[in-house]
Amino acid sequence: MDAMLDPTVLQTLWFALIAFFFLGYFVLEGFDFGVQMNVATFWRRGIGTRGTILKTIGPVWDGNEVWVITGGALMFAAFPEWYATLFSGFYLALLLLLLVLIVRVCAFKWRDKVDSDRWKNSWDVVHVIGGFAPALLWGVAFGNIVAGVAIDENRWVTTSLLGLLNPFALLAGVVFVLLFWLHGTHYLALKVEGRLREDANRLAGILVWPTIVAGAAFLLWFQLAHSNTWFTLIPVAVAALALIAAVPLHRRRREGLAFGATTTAIAAAVITLFGGLFPYVMPATNDPANSLTVANASSTEHTLTVMLVALCLFLPLVIGYTIWAYRVFRHRVSDEDSPAPGAELLEKAKQGYREAFEQG
Amino acid sequence: MEALDLARWQFGITTVYHFIFVPLTIGLSLLVAIMQTRAVFSKDPVRKDAWTRMTKFFGSMLIVNFGIGIATGIVQEFQFGMNWSEYSRFIGDVFGAPLALEGLAAFFVESVFLGLWIFGWGKMPEKIHLLTIWAVALATTASAYFIVAANSFMQHPVGATLNPETGRAELDPSQGSLLAVLTNVTTLAAFPHVVSGAWLVAGAFLTGVAAWHMVRHHNRARELGLETEEGQEQHLAARDLYRPTVRFGVLAMCVAAVVLVISGDFQAQIMFKQQPMKMASAEALCETETGASFSILSVGGPQAFAQDCEDVTHLIEVPYVTSFLATHTFDATLQGVDDLNAQYKDQFGATATDIHGNEVELDYRPNLFVTYWSFRLMMGLAAFSGILALWTLWVTRGKGENARTTGSKLFQWFAVLAIPMPFFANAAGWVFTEIGRQPWVVHPNPDDPTIRLMTMQGVSSHPGWMVLTSLVAFTLVYAVLAVIWFGMMRKAALKGVPLAKRDPETDELDTPTLSFDY
Repeated sequence: MDAMLDPTVLQTLWFALIAFFFLGYFVLEGFDFGVQMNVATFWRRGIGTRGTILKTIGPVWDGNEVWVITGGALMFAAFPEWYATLFSGFYLALLLLLLVLIVRVCAFKWRDKVDSDRWKNSWDVVHVIGGFAPALLWGVAFGNIVAGVAIDENRWVTTSLLGLLNPFALLAGVVFVLLFWLHGTHYLALKVEGRLREDANRLAGILVWPTIVAGAAFLLWFQLAHSNTWFTLIPVAVAALALIAAVPLHRRRREGLAFGATTTAIAAAVITLFGGLFPYVMPATNDPANSLTVANASSTEHTLTVMLVALCLFLPLVIGYTIWAYRVFRHRVSDEDSPAPGAELLEKAKQGYREAFEQG
Repeated sequence: MEALDLARWQFGITTVYHFIFVPLTIGLSLLVAIMQTRAVFSKDPVRKDAWTRMTKFFGSMLIVNFGIGIATGIVQEFQFGMNWSEYSRFIGDVFGAPLALEGLAAFFVESVFLGLWIFGWGKMPEKIHLLTIWAVALATTASAYFIVAANSFMQHPVGATLNPETGRAELDPSQGSLLAVLTNVTTLAAFPHVVSGAWLVAGAFLTGVAAWHMVRHHNRARELGLETEEGQEQHLAARDLYRPTVRFGVLAMCVAAVVLVISGDFQAQIMFKQQPMKMASAEALCETETGASFSILSVGGPQAFAQDCEDVTHLIEVPYVTSFLATHTFDATLQGVDDLNAQYKDQFGATATDIHGNEVELDYRPNLFVTYWSFRLMMGLAAFSGILALWTLWVTRGKGENARTTGSKLFQWFAVLAIPMPFFANAAGWVFTEIGRQPWVVHPNPDDPTIRLMTMQGVSSHPGWMVLTSLVAFTLVYAVLAVIWFGMMRKAALKGVPLAKRDPETDELDTPTLSFDY
């Protein structure tokens, strides 16, 4: 029992790295989810404005999603037992998540490929689902990971899908949705102009309150019921302060700082969850001896070393060109970038007039 | 059906489906990168114009295709854990590494640089923008490398040893560790085969689509009359715009064919050593033979659909060819399926325990019908590409002013018909290599067979209905997406390229900018 709770330095480092990849995923893809949710909020503004909203994340969402794909693969390599138990144990929840992630990718890539209102409206519905559903499902999944599930001596999860939908996990889902929604709204305010920018700031001013309430309730519940250390009170406090700090920031249109505040809050929340989970990775609620821990779910020290070398080689590059990509697309997007339907007709008419005039 | 069979069906369906889009992405991103390079560096304004238009045209189809490839790829990574958890536990220490490397070294590059390529036009210098598509093309190829390396460990484990305490495969520095996994001879043979297969797909795609338009413009020009201005415009579209692309596609197919044949030959030789059962079943070689013949047509009774040799009759055979394929000599002795089965039963046991602890009778023969026909389908379908390449070269012969185009409807339809064939050949090749490995999920390395796992020992412990749910859900969603994908690709392909116009005053071409509608 003691050995399984006593990980090596390398195992601990890899646990932190897995946490880092999920942190990167939730901070980056979190605002993508939030921006997609805002397709619903601004639905009545029409297809053109919805296109503008989506265009703010157009060039970057794909790279953001890779954080979870690589994070998952790193979990496979560094903690095969964790990967195997988690992915087989949360089967139906992950099936739902996968289906949503699949159609969501298609929505991004295909929405603007056909010039038809019905087509774009349909994909916009997919975008809305693609924003809310993954946020909710990730929240439920993480709620269950940190709270623990029933695991038998084969390391097979015996909790059913209905068992995963417990109040704590559902609250986690709601918190994830609210937090990402707020985060995405801050991002939107940062990336658009004019009326949409004003409205995004106003929306953020409304969203921040339920986020603070639900977030505080969830993190305190976690701290009191499930966290394995009091140290996680520090990131809990940071998350709370960051969210409260966001209130005056979007009132004053300091969008960059407001976005920084939700970034901090999400990062602090992820650190709280992973920090409180340590030294476990999947606590067993039925019998603690069946728990998966950092020490007993990992690969060999050799594999961890090899993968650490690979990570040190590639991760700086990844971060480097990701920053470059964000710099290339740092400018605000306006409605003119994705003309409303009819604008093309106008352009054609103008051109026809010009041609006729020149020929005449 | 049991969870095991359902999980296998799901893996087969989702993987074959994923691999419809992947080879086109790998091949087409490279061809688009080359076309854009020619557009950027051409001095001749006509050529520059043509390659710019073609980059845009095929680039927009690449984007449509890229999306669904990514989407279906996520399923692949999750599926190992979801349906093959015991496999993942057994092999994760080794197998996770190339998957993680794929993410770190390839997938991040693809995704970030694809965004830069699509949206970056005008936001960076032309040549930097060109580098972004090259980054995408190289990263997709690197992706293939890591995935093939992971797969090759299942075909022929190297660089690792079995830990008897945990019963799991572990990377072993004394065996060469990760470096040995990445330089596995199986990987080195399979990687060029997979990538050149992707080039063949993309080459045939380029040729087929461009040929269709070339014929269309050729005929339109004749209808209008070559002496008219519109007729000339159509004629130039066929000759200067589509013909170079058609021939470029043929070039890609030719390069692909050379690499395919050489790497395929190499692969066959090592497979006869590493997995003799797979190759024997590919030939429906039931008895051990010296100077074995290559069977072109074999038939069997109903039993032959499963695994029974009794029922197989060889109708047409070419003597000695199979022995030659295996060893490059005509008189090699090759073991037959039944002898190998008996030998494996001796070596690995006649029974094994499944994940629930039940003893199961073993049969080491893969499904003969599937391996035999998928092997022939893989090679036979290549004939379409060969005919397409030769026919295209003939109808587009000549140079400069004498460069020919064709108005043949027959050629036009054949070119379109030939587009899907390399896709099917790719799928058949994977079906062959994966079914041929059965009943193993990790096939023992003949030099050190300690690392091995049967497929039935790798599956997750799920009730059948649960796997059936996901199988049905994936199949339905994939079917719908396939219809949409096909519709969009067809529409994009039929749209063609807006024809070049010359400014009447300056005589300059209205070459478009390389922006993409997204």
